[in-house]
Amino acid sequence: MWKPEPSDTDLRYLVEQDQLTADDLLQAYRAMCLIRAFEEAIAERYAVGKTPQFDMASGPIRGEMHLAVGQEAVAVGVCPLLKAEDVVVSTHRPHHHALAKGVDPGRLAAEIFGRETGLCRGKGGHMHLFDRERNFACSGIVGASFPQAAGAAFAFRHRGEPRVAVAFAGEGAANHGTFAETLNAAALWQLPLVIVIEDNLYADSTPKWAGLAQPHQFQRALGYNIPAALVDGMDVMDVRRAARRAIEDARQGRGPSVIEAVCYRYRGHFEGDAQEYRTEEEVGRWRALDPISRLRGRLRRLGWADDHRLAQVEAEARGEATAAVAFAERSPLPQPREALVGVFR
Amino acid sequence: MRRMRGIAAAIAEAVDQEMASDPAVVVLGEDVTYWGAVFGFSMGLLQKYGRDRVVDTPITEQTFMGMAVGAAAVGLRPVVSLMFVDFLGAGFDQMFNHMAKNHYMSGGQMAMPVTVLTAVGGGYGDAAQHSQVLYGLFAHLPGFKVVVPATAYDAKGLTTSALRDSNPVVVFGHKLLTGLPFLPFEGTEEEVPEEPYTVELGRAAIRREGGDLTMVAAGLMVHRCLRAAERLASEGVSAEVVDVRTLVPLDAQTLAASARKTGRVLIVDEDYQSYGMSGELAFRIQASAFGALRAPIRRLAVPDVPIPFSEPLEQAVIPSVDRICEEARALLGTTAVAPSS
Repeated sequence: MWKPEPSDTDLRYLVEQDQLTADDLLQAYRAMCLIRAFEEAIAERYAVGKTPQFDMASGPIRGEMHLAVGQEAVAVGVCPLLKAEDVVVSTHRPHHHALAKGVDPGRLAAEIFGRETGLCRGKGGHMHLFDRERNFACSGIVGASFPQAAGAAFAFRHRGEPRVAVAFAGEGAANHGTFAETLNAAALWQLPLVIVIEDNLYADSTPKWAGLAQPHQFQRALGYNIPAALVDGMDVMDVRRAARRAIEDARQGRGPSVIEAVCYRYRGHFEGDAQEYRTEEEVGRWRALDPISRLRGRLRRLGWADDHRLAQVEAEARGEATAAVAFAERSPLPQPREALVGVFR
Repeated sequence: MRRMRGIAAAIAEAVDQEMASDPAVVVLGEDVTYWGAVFGFSMGLLQKYGRDRVVDTPITEQTFMGMAVGAAAVGLRPVVSLMFVDFLGAGFDQMFNHMAKNHYMSGGQMAMPVTVLTAVGGGYGDAAQHSQVLYGLFAHLPGFKVVVPATAYDAKGLTTSALRDSNPVVVFGHKLLTGLPFLPFEGTEEEVPEEPYTVELGRAAIRREGGDLTMVAAGLMVHRCLRAAERLASEGVSAEVVDVRTLVPLDAQTLAASARKTGRVLIVDEDYQSYGMSGELAFRIQASAFGALRAPIRRLAVPDVPIPFSEPLEQAVIPSVDRICEEARALLGTTAVAPSS
């Protein structure tokens, strides 16, 4: 849901209201730049060996690839507000959530490349990332994140721990029965759960109008008496404002919340997607709302960073992404015998 | 020690004793409080542990299985009731794509200490959607341990092992072995210790020794084989009965040793015939005892049809004592050709 860009006066008002510091916003800027650079670096390496004939099994990264370029503000508006012990359960498009939750970019990249040094020693791959230390998990099955995050939230409530679980899912997943089932269970048991519907307007290739009987998920949440916010998913400050309240409510025992963040993915559903279902013109219109550019402009307008400082942050982020990919590519592949161990513990 | 009739009370006692010693154990599922998960596997737990640890869930298999996955990932040890195994269709994604795989996919990071208790089997007129056993389906998918207790002693010891395991274990309790008053009972009363104990997963049990043929079975079919063996004994036939007890892990050695001893094997299975337990066990047995086999292995399973409702139809598909005896006689008369299927 696009919201108007605040004037200089309103920007200062909002920053004050949200108690945001220069440091907060610079960190958010850096985190979004890292995600953008990471995803673009993966896209570049993924394409190797896949032209002119697109073959998913060739090149240094095999299989499907779902990237989140354009959706950075949703991850960065939510995850940095969480503590290490809070749980995030993500989706088939998980890199931005993982990075924002503090997962090491090198081990993340190594898993995407199927290397021994990867988060899961090459057994998970890009859609099945787990980091126990960072309490991060995801699933390649649409709609699977809701109950798993609710289960973690159930455990926290059961043990009286002030921890929070967050489920990310797309607007397509909101059609899955698990969304309705989890809303009911979370409201019933007042679980410390935050559900973030990352609405990028397309469920794979299916535009919202063709797949959703009504366009907004917050309405579904309200049907279960769950507080819900509709936010501009291309504005990290707007996402963060809703997330802060939702996370605080969950941590204080005030039950679950839903955040519906309307955003846009600039790249295809998967790398190699011909994107017949939308126009370049539409992509261009959303790029004009780019969350990174918008935050960059605000940092300058607030006088909290000049071009030099911003360029420095961008260069650092690019450097970190490049180093992560380089670490992955120089890491060894796992030994074949590793395939046969680890089914049971 | 005291006498116990059926596996339901034994399973509930195992869960009770583990709940008493480990606060991380919680019970989730439909009707797990007043109704003891309908088939008794959680009976008495509400009164002892209250609704905080014995949690009636909405009728949403996908969601409460997924919650078990998420809760186990942060240190709870959920015991989940899948009231009838037939309901797995409503919750299977979370089971086979997550519960069974997250430990492997995470490179060993995520333990998945979940026990699923489920009621299986037919023979009492509940028809196609409430009479299946389906343990072969779970055994086929890597990541589940598959436990099929036939006796009260085993039910308690195997369930205790399941709850102490760090992996997903599915306990398949046959409804006709529960000992509940509203169902026929085909088990036997037996002595069960009051204190906690374990029965190791992956050990088959010789239920009756014999020299002429080996009958291999699990769950209810163990009892039907024992009754068939009794009848065959009066005809001068000495049948050995092996209870598989756990399909995963499988004690193939004990099966093969019995096959080598008798030279003739009949596998009796209440699951569907094709691509299931009977074929897998036959493969394992011939792989290590082929030279000792004096006839092709035979099997008696549910032919590949849904379980029909009407009594004569139901009895025609679920292996009965009569048909087990017929198969055994055919096996003893069989030479190298003409396997039954």
